[in-house]
Amino acid sequence: MSGSGGGRHILSILVENRFGELCRVVGLFSGRGYNIDSLCVAPTADPAFSRIILTTGGSDAIMEQILKQVGKLVRVLEVVDLNEVQHVEREMVLLIVSTRTPAERQEVLNLAGVFRAKVIDISTDAITVETTGSQEKVDALLGLLSPLGIRDLVRTGPVAIPRIGAAREAPGAAASLVVPEAESAV
Amino acid sequence: MAPMNEPNRMKAAPIAEAAPAPRPAPAVPASTTPAAPAAEVETRGAAILIESLLREGVSTIFGYPGGAILHVYDELARARDRITHVLVRHEQGAVHAAEGYARSTGQVGVVLVTSGPGATNCVTGLTNALMDSTPIVCITGQVPTHLIGNDAFQEADVVGITRPCTKYNYLVKDVRDLARVVKEAFFLARTGRPGPVVIDLPKDVTAAKTRFVYPETVSLPSYRAAGRGDPRLVRRAVGMMVAAERPVLYVGGGIVNAGAAAELLELSERLNLPVTPTLMGLGGFPSAHPLCLGMLGMHGTYAANMGVTHADLLIALGSRFDDRVTGRLKDFAPDAQVIHVDVDPSSINKNRAVEVGIVGDARLVLRQMLDCLDREVRLEGPPPRVTWWGTLRAWAAQHPYRYRRRRGVIMPQAVIEELHRLTRGEAIVTADVGQHQMWVAQYYGFKRPRQWLNSGGLGTMGYGFPAAIGAAKAHPDRTVVCVTGDGSFQMCIQEMATAVQEKVNVKVVVINNNYLGMVRQWQELFYSRTYSEVGLEWLPDFVRLAEAYHATGLRASKPEELRPVLEKGLSAPGLVVMDMIVSQEESVYPMVPAGASLREMVLDPPDDPSEEPEPRDLA
Ligand SMILES: Cc1ncc(C[n+]2csc(CCOP(=O)(O)OP(=O)(O)O)c2C)c(N)n1
Ligand SMILES: [Mg+2]
Repeated sequence: MSGSGGGRHILSILVENRFGELCRVVGLFSGRGYNIDSLCVAPTADPAFSRIILTTGGSDAIMEQILKQVGKLVRVLEVVDLNEVQHVEREMVLLIVSTRTPAERQEVLNLAGVFRAKVIDISTDAITVETTGSQEKVDALLGLLSPLGIRDLVRTGPVAIPRIGAAREAPGAAASLVVPEAESAV
Repeated sequence: MAPMNEPNRMKAAPIAEAAPAPRPAPAVPASTTPAAPAAEVETRGAAILIESLLREGVSTIFGYPGGAILHVYDELARARDRITHVLVRHEQGAVHAAEGYARSTGQVGVVLVTSGPGATNCVTGLTNALMDSTPIVCITGQVPTHLIGNDAFQEADVVGITRPCTKYNYLVKDVRDLARVVKEAFFLARTGRPGPVVIDLPKDVTAAKTRFVYPETVSLPSYRAAGRGDPRLVRRAVGMMVAAERPVLYVGGGIVNAGAAAELLELSERLNLPVTPTLMGLGGFPSAHPLCLGMLGMHGTYAANMGVTHADLLIALGSRFDDRVTGRLKDFAPDAQVIHVDVDPSSINKNRAVEVGIVGDARLVLRQMLDCLDREVRLEGPPPRVTWWGTLRAWAAQHPYRYRRRRGVIMPQAVIEELHRLTRGEAIVTADVGQHQMWVAQYYGFKRPRQWLNSGGLGTMGYGFPAAIGAAKAHPDRTVVCVTGDGSFQMCIQEMATAVQEKVNVKVVVINNNYLGMVRQWQELFYSRTYSEVGLEWLPDFVRLAEAYHATGLRASKPEELRPVLEKGLSAPGLVVMDMIVSQEESVYPMVPAGASLREMVLDPPDDPSEEPEPRDLA
């Protein structure tokens, strides 16, 4: 595996859409002392499968173990470390910011405009903002809004998808899990 | 963290896991109901289960009945001529017995228990089987589907509890899935890296009826069991093995599981490779073979541990760099390049970064290596490696396994040596966990795979005796010896009733040191002899206890009694318990202290024979 040590990794896990399979993936992380920083799950275009996008971290050695252990799960069809693949990534955030004065309200609206965030709810003393983007963009917006007082915040954690044409050629993680010859089912 | 409730549940489930169609339980057992027109004959779940087990070639089941599994037991009564059921006395015993059956035969061991406590009692055994890669299918009764989640009587979340201690598990909610699930469970248990699979079976599913069709094939699109290794890597590995000056083959339980002993022998002989088996690998290579260095690791031989420490090439076959083998990891085989062959990709590069990692079945990969030798390398003869072998032989001669005899007391090591002599090294031997286990590993001298059954990964006291019962069920014509400790034997001692009822030929040798000896040894060495809760002051009289169970009990307390008692016990029929009163504070040597490197092994006990207490009076 290439890639630097430490750091955040986004894993894309394709799992058969069956009762209890998410638990197996998540349980593997907790059982082996690996961290999950964020987690998104939903069915794929083929409802027989679900896609799990999960962020985690660890040294190269730990990442190799995580990939192999997840890949070993009976109902996991594929696991890819998206750090090894060209990909695009988005996160959605909903947050409520306090606006005690008209000036503060205006500041939030201005910032939302600059960041192309949407205002989806508004009251005399607060605004609910929705924003979508890379984690850096989201973090930057949060940094600017937090002096006003963030009352509540919900983040989805990143979802990510390989760039068109990038997925299948990806070296590293996915390739290293290929078993040369599988025993045929009897 | 996201909540554990599966979003999956909200999605349209695939057909296979669809909600069960409620079906009323039949008033009359299905198999005796007058048949409907032939094409539409429906069978109840319980009968489907039994039929499916028969299709998988199951002839013996280890189990214990209860409410949730009653339909299956009812059906079992009808199949008595085709399936033997061994009634254990505790479900832990059922799993260990199935493990003994599986490890001694290579077939899948089958367990049948009820819901709730029946299932939770299996957890230790399942974990044990997972750690030692033993193929088990464990069928647990469950409360009826409409009561699941209700805290119903004897309900436990078995799928949840056993998720981390199985290779896979199932909750069958629809009788139409049952045959497929059984088929898949056996396939998963025995292929790839073998392991335990649980089938949780609600009572209403065993009563519901459907047409029985046993699938011919399994469809598990996401599951891959490794077969042959990557040929380029195999070629590279062979080149390295031929060229190495100081190679060592380090072989684990994977050799036994893969049935690769013959190929291993051939490869080692053709390349003149020294071989060291792990605790789980014992028997995978004949102990007395000139190429065998003896066991590796914490209580392994000096030659093996030094050999690995000085090797320039380490070839790991079906072994996993367990901490009890490697000692301090950074000093393990520090000068060696490593080739690692394993059926489990996650074992490779887990504890040790390797130069060549080959994912594959050990037997197939060894065959590939042999073919590569034939077709591409064409050696004149085995590489002599004179200097290396000279060094290894010197180490072996310098520090063989040895112990001091003490006047008037039986030495535990001597019991194992005598056992080897009397059984000519041919017995199936099981061990529990502790000092006695290590002495068997050191002194029995295993010749063949599947002759040695012990709990290596989990270290489960209580494994040995039920495992011996399981092995004896599979091998009624062979001598099965369980070497156990005065502590361990009491963990599953209730299975004496099972052994007597089944009339199995199990000979129990209790290495009775009146201590939780292995823990005592650690307290002696690492806690300046502060003995905390390791003295077994109140032991049962094992001889009379055996007699109370209608078995034979014998005792030896003096060295001159050892041989006659063993002779008599081994030749007596049925269950025999031999209580061997041995030297109490004997320790297992050599020893690599936990966390130390292999080269720091302590070879002999400190010179202080004064501590030997008087032998006890056990008249
Ligand atoms: C179920 C379980 N509990 C605790 C232990 C920890 N343990 C390891 S060895 C040992 C002592 C075993 O005593 P005994 O069976 O008499 O064997 P000895 O070491 O004396 O030969 C203990 C308590 C264990 N391995 N398994
Ligand atoms: Mg003891």
